[in-house]
Amino acid sequence: MISIEEMDNLLYMSQRQGKISFYMTSFGETATTVGTTAALQSQDFIFPQYREQGSFMWRGFTIEQIVNQCIGNHLDGGKGRQMPVHYGSKDLNIVTVSSPLTTQVPQASGAGYGFRVNGENKIAATWFGEGAASEGDFHSAMNFAQTLKCQTLFLCRNNHYAISTPTDDQFRGDTIAGKAPAYGMRTLKIDGNDLLAVYNGVKYAREQIIKNKEPFFIEFITYRIGDHSTSDHSVLYRSQEEIDSWKSGNNPINRLGLFLKKQGLRQFNDEHDNQIRKDVRNRVIAALKNGSEQQQPSIQDMFTDVYDEVLPHLSEQYTQLRDHLTKYKDQYPINKFKGGL
Amino acid sequence: MYKHLLKLRYGYQPSIKFTHVHASTQYTPVKMTVREAINLAMDEELAHDPNVFLLGEEVGQYQGAYKVSKGLFQKYGGDRVIDTPITEAGFTGIAVGAALYGLKPIVEFMTWNFAMQAIDHIINSAAKSRYMSAGDQQASIVFRGINGATAYVAAQHSQCFASWYSNVPGLVVLAPFDCDDAKSLLKAAVRNPNPVVFLENEILYSETFELSAEARDPNYLAPIGKAKIMRQGDHVTIIAFSKMVQYSLRAAEQLFREGINCEVINLRSLRPLDRETILESVKKTGRVVCVEEGWPQSGISAEITALIMEGGAFKYLDAPVQRVTGAEIPTPYAFNLEAMAFPKTEQIVDAVLNVLKGAR
Repeated sequence: MISIEEMDNLLYMSQRQGKISFYMTSFGETATTVGTTAALQSQDFIFPQYREQGSFMWRGFTIEQIVNQCIGNHLDGGKGRQMPVHYGSKDLNIVTVSSPLTTQVPQASGAGYGFRVNGENKIAATWFGEGAASEGDFHSAMNFAQTLKCQTLFLCRNNHYAISTPTDDQFRGDTIAGKAPAYGMRTLKIDGNDLLAVYNGVKYAREQIIKNKEPFFIEFITYRIGDHSTSDHSVLYRSQEEIDSWKSGNNPINRLGLFLKKQGLRQFNDEHDNQIRKDVRNRVIAALKNGSEQQQPSIQDMFTDVYDEVLPHLSEQYTQLRDHLTKYKDQYPINKFKGGL
Repeated sequence: MYKHLLKLRYGYQPSIKFTHVHASTQYTPVKMTVREAINLAMDEELAHDPNVFLLGEEVGQYQGAYKVSKGLFQKYGGDRVIDTPITEAGFTGIAVGAALYGLKPIVEFMTWNFAMQAIDHIINSAAKSRYMSAGDQQASIVFRGINGATAYVAAQHSQCFASWYSNVPGLVVLAPFDCDDAKSLLKAAVRNPNPVVFLENEILYSETFELSAEARDPNYLAPIGKAKIMRQGDHVTIIAFSKMVQYSLRAAEQLFREGINCEVINLRSLRPLDRETILESVKKTGRVVCVEEGWPQSGISAEITALIMEGGAFKYLDAPVQRVTGAEIPTPYAFNLEAMAFPKTEQIVDAVLNVLKGAR
């Protein structure tokens, strides 16, 4: 959680400095993602929304992978195709982040259906915010998951804001967890800033899903300490006092630290934590430096992956582009393109 | 460069610079951004008709995701400027219902890319209503939002929907370029009794243009279905809409210095298309270059090519129609790849030179 906080800090600042074009932090919510992913098994599929760097990093997605994706250089596993924070990993069983909200939720119902029908010890865990739960896709996903008995775990991060829209303007019922029993679904509501509660709750939910072969719903109550994204300035719609009260009073990192200390379980001291922060900072800075010195993705790859093979009209367009670049080569930094023309 | 255009269009050059001033009947030059022009149009229409209201995500207290509705919530309150929960399908359906009742909603999509979650309501609930109800039901509604490439937002935020919506009978589809277009077309759209798809452009939001005396008049509505000739010429016709009009004008300026006079048509209305203006120009020049940001197959340029064949202008052509379009791929993110995915001014210049050679 500490590493993510340091990384988020630096990458947010690097956007302000023009090194990357966009970023989304997860301040205040890392207990939800880290605790959950620790309680899942590596073969479980995760369908993220966009604020789950905790899930990615717990499973081994590296700082360098994140930074290269945000920069969009040739080392990006996504071939420079996606906006920052839209990463994914087939190896880690995490489906690529997709912008339109809530579309990942019925997808998770579908995958969970497949797991049940094939008798697999796998679940499809999907993340979404309390705002995204307003979309029509949420209703279809929940209804079908229960009706078709899908091995799906629905994970709602209720962080109190959807960009500037507070929960009062988003819904009037008893939070999102209040809706799940109406679908016939088993539901837990968990303090999302209590890492251990998150871990235990998800562990229990997963066991139940596999045992009963039906979905489970968990809502985490947490708070979005940072802005929605680098395109947002949240003090325009909420008070600094409100933000500070969560930051100092109900912060997952502080709570875990204090709990361990009180229980006498705290293995490390503040100095050790500060060293971690320093190491992560240095690593992110090095990754940003190296990443920005790398070449940009290759032009040849621009026309691949539209279909399974490159169709003739696409080869033609690649040739036209290459001719254009050759004709105007002093107007383009071609030496910065991996593989040149 | 813009002063040169003003001279061509209005025959005078503004000598005094003004900062943004609200519309008045005095004839002093007024400059504003396209964002401000759209804001002004909505402000005037909200004031003019109590049945008009604006709804969408973040349009009220947040002043708009792109600040287009700035100040409107404060001025008209939460009953006329409504912040919706996150559900495009939901609020579009609600808006169409309100329109069928007789209200006049303006629906703002954060981007037309997200409107795909609401497209059933746009087409099946709004566009076809009048016909299916034998004239009993009408939906006087405007759907507006940013369309096409924006910069650094990749595949799911950069698609151009001009081609999809202009295909549908029952819809009016408009694509403004400058402040005159943005203000007077939006006002016309709000007052039009048919459902209107209004395709804005995020990059153009921050561009400054002069608002003409005509457009400053709060009673002036642009004619729907009429294109605008931005620059006259008799060698080649360049046809474009939205941001590509700007690139076409730049290309025309470059070519002018080489002695080639291009006629640049700003379509403004994609459905109905202004056939008369297009065909008259084609008959005059005999050579056509169509420019669009979207994908080539089934694009606007494809329709224009067909209508030239059918409209009696075929025998006036001295060369086949040339198209300059976006690359036929989902928009990539990496800066170099995205830059290559959309038309450039040089490509429009090259296309004009090609069409003059009679080459393909």
